[in-house]
Amino acid sequence: MGNLIKLFVSFFKIGAFSFGGGYAMLPLMKETVIDHHNWLTNAEFIDILAISEMTPGPIAINMATFLGYRVSGFIGSAVATIAVVLPSFIVMSLIFHFVNKFKDSPYADYFFRGIRPIVLGLIAAAAVSVAMDAYVDIKSVIISIVLFYLVTFKKLKAIPAIILAGLVGIIVY
Amino acid sequence: MLLDMFKTFFKIGAFTIGGGYAMIPIIQEEIVDKKGWIKEEDFLDVVAVSQGSPGPVAVNVSIFVGYKLNGLKGALTCMLGTVLPSFLIILLIATVFFQYRNHPVIAKMFMGIRPAVVALIASAVYKMAKRSNLNTIKILVGIATVLIIVFTDISPVYLIIIGGLFAIIYNNSKKKIEEG
Repeated sequence: MGNLIKLFVSFFKIGAFSFGGGYAMLPLMKETVIDHHNWLTNAEFIDILAISEMTPGPIAINMATFLGYRVSGFIGSAVATIAVVLPSFIVMSLIFHFVNKFKDSPYADYFFRGIRPIVLGLIAAAAVSVAMDAYVDIKSVIISIVLFYLVTFKKLKAIPAIILAGLVGIIVY
Repeated sequence: MLLDMFKTFFKIGAFTIGGGYAMIPIIQEEIVDKKGWIKEEDFLDVVAVSQGSPGPVAVNVSIFVGYKLNGLKGALTCMLGTVLPSFLIILLIATVFFQYRNHPVIAKMFMGIRPAVVALIASAVYKMAKRSNLNTIKILVGIATVLIIVFTDISPVYLIIIGGLFAIIYNNSKKKIEEG
């Protein structure tokens, strides 16, 4: 029961402070599930992230379900998933009922424009912190650079990129 | 109606890979073009509000569209439809993942996949930075964010709150000065 409450509080917080898409919430998620609660290792976190990118649906939901399962099985996955979408539900309900006030408010606009460079920084920080665990030797650095090039400039999609990297991993390790 | 809404968002949840932004054109095709549930200009407003709100964009859009179509019941139905495919698929994978993760071949595969995850995130940063008209202040704020997150224990929550409040105060006082 203690773990379920911790799961709920953690993922509610993650849902409430995730602005700017799935990647931007990774630092908060990592801080919560690894640094605070020690629910899994850094390597496991990255592996779960990779799977969440390859499967349908928003990354935040996939991560919540996966991590919830890791901590408390089926009930854990249900609790974490509900907790991560609950802030969305509350905020969207408020906006729907007060939509005009929200849209006319310059404050909301200032807020979201103000946090944009921070969101970008959060995503970059996620890349750095994953790199610190993923770069174990020169081979892993080369895999990363080549894939960055292919994904950014050659329009390689996420799923083929991950499959390709997995095959390369089996061959070179 | 509720069943139709559920099925539509379930389909959207089940067949869109790559997260929120990849889902938006597909949601638009389903509910604006095919079903005609929402007018295109309204949809663009919904997307703008959803992007500015916390949580996954696709989930936010589904909740908002649900409210418009059928009130609270509609919102819950559409949200459930969007989330359920993720939940079921991941549940299926999670039950076997932790048993096979240490299998030698799987372990090697993930040795290759981890650096790929770095590449995917870095690529997102690169594309987003290119799109967002960076000036010196924005670049400095971005770099400061990276340094704070990587090297200190300060929570991202505080950075978002402080950054957002600072932007409100700064723009507000600027406006007041301009208005004299």
